[in-house]
Amino acid sequence: MVVVLETRGLTRTFGRVVAAEDVNVQIRSGERVGLVGPNGAGKTTFLNLITGYLRPDRGRILYRGTDITGLPPRTITRMGIVRSFQIPQLYPGLTVLENMLLAIAARSGRGLDFWRPLRRDHEVAEALELLAAFNLTDHAERPVGELPEGGRKLLDVAMALALRPAVLLMDEPTSGVSTRDKFEVMEVVMEVLRRSGVTTLFVEHDMEVVYRYAERVLVFHSGRVVADGDPQTLFADAAVRRAVLGWE
Amino acid sequence: MNLHRLGGLILIALFVGLGLLLPGWSRFLLTLALARGLLVLGVVLLMQAGLVSFGQGLFFAAGAYAVGFAMRDLGIRDAFLGAILGAGAGLGIAALVGPLLARYRGIFFAMLTLAFSMIFYGILVKAYRITGGTDGLRIAPPTFLGWSPPEAQLGSVLYLFTLVGVGAMVFLIFRYLRSPLGYTMRAIRDNEVRVEYLGLSVSRALYLAVLLVGAMGGLGGALSAMSVGHVDPNLAYWTTSGEFVFVALLGGTGSVFAPLAGSIVFEFLRTYTYKYFPYTWQMGLGLIMLVIVGFAPGGLWTLYELIARRMSGWSWSWKRGA
Repeated sequence: MVVVLETRGLTRTFGRVVAAEDVNVQIRSGERVGLVGPNGAGKTTFLNLITGYLRPDRGRILYRGTDITGLPPRTITRMGIVRSFQIPQLYPGLTVLENMLLAIAARSGRGLDFWRPLRRDHEVAEALELLAAFNLTDHAERPVGELPEGGRKLLDVAMALALRPAVLLMDEPTSGVSTRDKFEVMEVVMEVLRRSGVTTLFVEHDMEVVYRYAERVLVFHSGRVVADGDPQTLFADAAVRRAVLGWE
Repeated sequence: MNLHRLGGLILIALFVGLGLLLPGWSRFLLTLALARGLLVLGVVLLMQAGLVSFGQGLFFAAGAYAVGFAMRDLGIRDAFLGAILGAGAGLGIAALVGPLLARYRGIFFAMLTLAFSMIFYGILVKAYRITGGTDGLRIAPPTFLGWSPPEAQLGSVLYLFTLVGVGAMVFLIFRYLRSPLGYTMRAIRDNEVRVEYLGLSVSRALYLAVLLVGAMGGLGGALSAMSVGHVDPNLAYWTTSGEFVFVALLGGTGSVFAPLAGSIVFEFLRTYTYKYFPYTWQMGLGLIMLVIVGFAPGGLWTLYELIARRMSGWSWSWKRGA
């Protein structure tokens, strides 16, 4: 399999806190990778570094062999690396549908178009189709501010998918979603991703979700990747379980 | 949709009718109010992205002086050419200051717009040989595609010309507000980070908006200059810009028509308060502002919405009763 994303010696500190230290990772095309580890282990920092929100102190990030270190988020997004957020990052003043349509317009390269309308039939149809996949159809015309937390979370992921990513980074896609709905949500997301062959990295605290949906797990601790392997093997490792996941 | 069209037609008929029926002095006020309304509309458009422009006078003066220079130095008296040159001057200045403006937010954006307009004011005052200094420039009555209207009709013709120019801008802004860029501006106010994470450049979006506001402001300046027949540096002074912000708050941001309505109300309000309270009229405006901020933070447009809702409520209960 082709390596799509690679980090070499990625290091970033905040004062005395080491958020990333010599992170060397290779992600292959189509992989579904779970990022796990205790709070403050550097999982979100890793996503922020890859998407250009943070600049590394040292190290490089390669995307399909191209150095993308230091590029701004919008450029990296346009190259196909898209992320969703732990705390939903939406436009509360717009409706659910308008949020989606703006994402679709951005993907179509007309995010700054000032002449044709935002609502075009085929784009509305596409947005509604995605919303339907996330059971958000009934909320389409409601302002995002009125949406319950779980719904906002789903919309955040749906907007990321509307960009048709090649690599999708999800920061805790199921946090804030009720336990009952967690698997349903992941099922929907993973199905869409499988169908389009999207390479996926997701930060997740629920080990059952990781176990079921990740083919490969990266365990973070104090800014380092301390274990890397398939979930079956990793979770069987007593040392990993005790030291990093806090399991007995 | 059809109802909107009908409303639009009624509005057009009303304004055309007003131009023909009103006495000269109030038609003149209406003309000015419409032209200046374009500047207020610009304030409102930037407000949608969470930005306050305290330097609309820059575009206003740029458009007005473009007409003045064209007339004095190039002998261009045509109103259409003047309007195009005015919009072009506003656009050109916006293209120059826009890249810097697009990098700032909040109070820094406001102060930077203020600074640019005051620099322009300084140039207009000091470059006496070119700009006429504080005396300004005289603008002869314009011609319309070679037709020079008789003096008695000039006011009406200028009014209709302004109405068409403002109407065209209103149409353009309606399209803009429904376009992705219009939505992106509101998205920027809500969440700039996510706009970047959609792959959009926030600064480019803001730059485009500044260009639009600049061109529109330049047109407003040109239209107003042709009606007033004179331009002077005060057009770029900060009190002029402050007035546009004042009117934006007065009218509200609920609709494209709110800033225009606010501008009309303001123009007449100022005239009458000045007439009856020549020494305390600014205090009167201040009190009105206090009332607006305290009781109708959405501006006068909230009153309209309140009435519209009441009326639709009435007709609804009437239907139910029948």
